[in-house]
Amino acid sequence: MNALSVSDLHVKINESHILHGVTFDVPAHKVTALLGRNGVGKSTTLKGILGLYPGTGSVQLNGREIIGVPTYKIVQSGIAYVPEDREIFSSLSVRENLTLASRSKDNGAAFATIFELFPELDTRATQIAGSLSGGQQQMVAIARALLNKNEVLLIDEPTKGLAPKLVTEVASALSKVANETTMLLVEQNLALVKRIAHHVVVMDQGRVVFQGGPENLNDPAWVHQMLGVSGGHK
Amino acid sequence: METFILIGITGIGLGALYFLIASGLSLIYGLMGVLNFAHGSFLTVGAFVGFWVASKMGFETSMPEFILAMLVGGLAAGLFALLIEQLLITRLYDRHIDQALVTVGVSLVVGAVLGGWFGNDLRMFPAPLWFLSAIDIGGAKIPADRVVYIATAVLLLVGNWALLKFTRIGLIIRAGVENRNMVNALGINVRRAFSTVFFLGGFAAGVGGVLVSVYSNGVSPLIAATYLIYGFIVVVIGGMGSVPGSFLAAMMIGVIRQFANYYATGLGDFVVVILLAVVLLIRPQGLLGKVRS
Repeated sequence: MNALSVSDLHVKINESHILHGVTFDVPAHKVTALLGRNGVGKSTTLKGILGLYPGTGSVQLNGREIIGVPTYKIVQSGIAYVPEDREIFSSLSVRENLTLASRSKDNGAAFATIFELFPELDTRATQIAGSLSGGQQQMVAIARALLNKNEVLLIDEPTKGLAPKLVTEVASALSKVANETTMLLVEQNLALVKRIAHHVVVMDQGRVVFQGGPENLNDPAWVHQMLGVSGGHK
Repeated sequence: METFILIGITGIGLGALYFLIASGLSLIYGLMGVLNFAHGSFLTVGAFVGFWVASKMGFETSMPEFILAMLVGGLAAGLFALLIEQLLITRLYDRHIDQALVTVGVSLVVGAVLGGWFGNDLRMFPAPLWFLSAIDIGGAKIPADRVVYIATAVLLLVGNWALLKFTRIGLIIRAGVENRNMVNALGINVRRAFSTVFFLGGFAAGVGGVLVSVYSNGVSPLIAATYLIYGFIVVVIGGMGSVPGSFLAAMMIGVIRQFANYYATGLGDFVVVILLAVVLLIRPQGLLGKVRS
């Protein structure tokens, strides 16, 4: 059973044709890693699914077509998004960032769960989000996505630019979340991908060139050929 | 000293009028990126509706009657702004040149229709007689109407702050000014916030229109133009999207302009333009504006 099915997705930005018929499935209750070299269209694929970039083709969420649907309705229908550059609201406090993201008035339990996952956010709830460290901002971005009941999480490079200690912390949080939800994860950190991914999709030049299990990530030659990195680690 | 106080407070009064125009312009640009040249027409509509209400009361109005005229004028301008947003602006988001052309067109049409209907001559606004009295502050005789302008601007600033700080729509507006795509990506229909901001901006401009009519000794379709230009200058100096920035800039401009006009006759406008140039050179994002990525 697939939670998300992307079929023949094309995205053009201005005159540039970025995605050329991207097709892959995201199995329900599994973590799917979307991999590839820089600039192959991974982030654009997430934005295309979400309608942030208008696309053509088909994107189905649990069998319902969502291509052409306004972004806010797609999100309301059960897709949460953690963007590559966090995009937290820097002038709002941590609590305001989370309150804005919460779609339920009765959100006490959801906030408690978030603060259990990221205790630091509880102690910094009144702090202006723009003054947080990169790692703390990433926690806010992930927490925003986890506040509501979602069917699919789209997470774009959550460990990018973080110090090793924070990478471990974010990875640990994602591992916990991975057990309870469907996740489409764009990530360059192959160690993290190997730890949590059940399914791997590799893209090159705006197309999907591989779909399958994560076993190949242990084969350095395959990793080098597909992702342009050596040793199975990056 | 009395002269100094008099010029200072009348300058703040003038700044209050600028703020009423600029607050809406600032939020509309900050949230939606719409350069709204039709904002002056919101002021004109508010002024004429307020004038119509006040005229029903006679040649002069009591303070409650004047406040009623001001509120009805503001409400009419807010609804007119909402109509323009729904009919025209929603079709033109992210098409900045088209927005500029359409909003300039709206301001021309409104000016021409009202000019054709009522004529362009000033019509005396039936203001309370109390406005003609003077209040003694530190020995200076301050015209009473200036106090009303300042009080209205402060009330609007506080109301605006409370709305932005304590309500969910305010939270959405503040977040939308920063990054409206991300607000959408949180499952929020940011267009509703756009409509709210247009209504509130129109309301403030309409209230400002009534007060400007009193300050200018009458209502006319031509009074909006000068104030709109000053509104834009205030928004640029204060920082796009920052209501407190607009308040600060409006007060600065009002006071500096009055002092310049008094001590260097007729150079008030020139000094304001120099101030604008200096701010653009030193702090292009404005006094309290944020640098946009």
